[in-house]
Amino acid sequence: MAVSERMILNIGPQHPSTHGVLRLVVELEGETVVKITPHIGYLHRAIEKLCETKTYHQCIPLTDRLDYLAPLSNNLGYVLAVEKLLGLEVPRRAQYLRVLMAELTRISSHLIWLGTHAMDVGAISVFLYTFRERETTYDLFDLAHGARMNVSYMRVGGLARDISPEFVTRLKAFIDEFPARMNEYETLLTKNKIWLNRTRGVGYLSAPDAVALGVSGPNLRASGVDWDIRRASPYSAYDEFDFRVAVGKNGDVYDRYLVRLVEMRESLKIVRQAFEGLPEGPVIVDDPKIAFPARERLSRDMESVIHHFKLVSEGFSPPEGEVYVSIEAPKGELGFYIVSDGSPNPYRIKVRAPSFVNLQALPKMAEGRLIADLVAVVGSIDIVLGEIDR
Amino acid sequence: MGALEKKAIEKIRERFGEIAVLELKEFRDEVTFVVRREFIVEISRFLRDEPGLQYNFLSDLCGVDWPGRPERFEVVYNLYSMPHKSRLRLKVRLSESDPSVPSVSGVWPTANWHEREAYDLYGIRFAGHPDLRRILNPDDFGDFPYRKDFPIR
Repeated sequence: MAVSERMILNIGPQHPSTHGVLRLVVELEGETVVKITPHIGYLHRAIEKLCETKTYHQCIPLTDRLDYLAPLSNNLGYVLAVEKLLGLEVPRRAQYLRVLMAELTRISSHLIWLGTHAMDVGAISVFLYTFRERETTYDLFDLAHGARMNVSYMRVGGLARDISPEFVTRLKAFIDEFPARMNEYETLLTKNKIWLNRTRGVGYLSAPDAVALGVSGPNLRASGVDWDIRRASPYSAYDEFDFRVAVGKNGDVYDRYLVRLVEMRESLKIVRQAFEGLPEGPVIVDDPKIAFPARERLSRDMESVIHHFKLVSEGFSPPEGEVYVSIEAPKGELGFYIVSDGSPNPYRIKVRAPSFVNLQALPKMAEGRLIADLVAVVGSIDIVLGEIDR
Repeated sequence: MGALEKKAIEKIRERFGEIAVLELKEFRDEVTFVVRREFIVEISRFLRDEPGLQYNFLSDLCGVDWPGRPERFEVVYNLYSMPHKSRLRLKVRLSESDPSVPSVSGVWPTANWHEREAYDLYGIRFAGHPDLRRILNPDDFGDFPYRKDFPIR
């Protein structure tokens, strides 16, 4: 009589397919995953606690390092929350540029997801293609504000600086060439028999389960739930743009792939609209108590020097109160819950990280299935340990 | 305060009594109210299931430490109603001597990991939680690092 014995397999925290320092303890009966327990915390840096000792401005570079594959998204969520706390209105040009940057970031993040996910499943060459485009987005971020990845481009009240003519040229070229590149990726994967076999019907998550587990973003939409914060609760002028929200129906790895591909195309549409409709005007609010004065002014008037000094040494103090602001980050609902006690340092910042919540759904998706599917499932969730662990 | 949030508060007062809602605040169009911890599971279930409210999505659950206060800890629940696009914030206050509150993971399964995190970082216990153990720090860490008296260095 066959006796079934459970084997415990440890995957990670160092493993090429876990997309970061994630440890999965998998209990197997033969090839079937009976139980899977994610262990996280290997990248816990106590960012939220660090923010409590900094001024609101100083927290911005820390937000870059949450989901480090989509830094401008994190920036945006954070500054929107602080602006709500302050009751601050942001100039239109800044709003449009923020949308442009956020959508470029979405494309950038999805490109990395596509490359690494396809590579995990076995389609290694896709990685080289998507990273070529990703280099272009990195160049754009570099031209915008001097850093390829952790840009810290957004400021409370607007942006750190306006875009340059060089950025404009590069952006135009990207907008023109990207759709053809997307077609390239699709010809490699979308109707590929092997891809379909490995992703269709794998890692199923039902819509009610997804909602109950707090799943958001492309994972939720692939399961058939039509919720996109850019549509449901528009922020930063998103309601002025025409774009489609991709919703799947099968809730499997393949649908998550399709949803993200459509999202990339729609993001490019939004980038084009934001770029073509870019209003004139300032890129930051004209309040010297909140926004740093322009560099040139510092050598001309004393007031600017004093304002600059106060902002650097002390920072601004929002009124006492609390806000929760969330945005549609590439991975889902990225929320910032900020509690202010009226002092220049945030009393508490809680980052609602979409990957943290989405990863919780992994056992639902993977248990009862084969170990060979596990890597495809983990890849399809699109996690970043930076925001899971914070 | 939007119409739906107002209705939610009214319905809670109707169903659970005036004492259920201890405090009510509105700031920048966001509604926050404090409830007694004994009611948290019932109120959560009510908010989720009551037709017309349907706060079916728990966006976030976290702890906040106010060491000066007699009730030191707050557990904050940020709710979202997908059908009605409405947000609501619920809180319970816990004293240092008994920092425990019933778990809402039976109402919103997503609360599971959030509650583990609040336990890990603040030492708040969630009664009835299926698997209350640390999530970010090592199991034998021994302290609650997000408490204000835990040094940053």
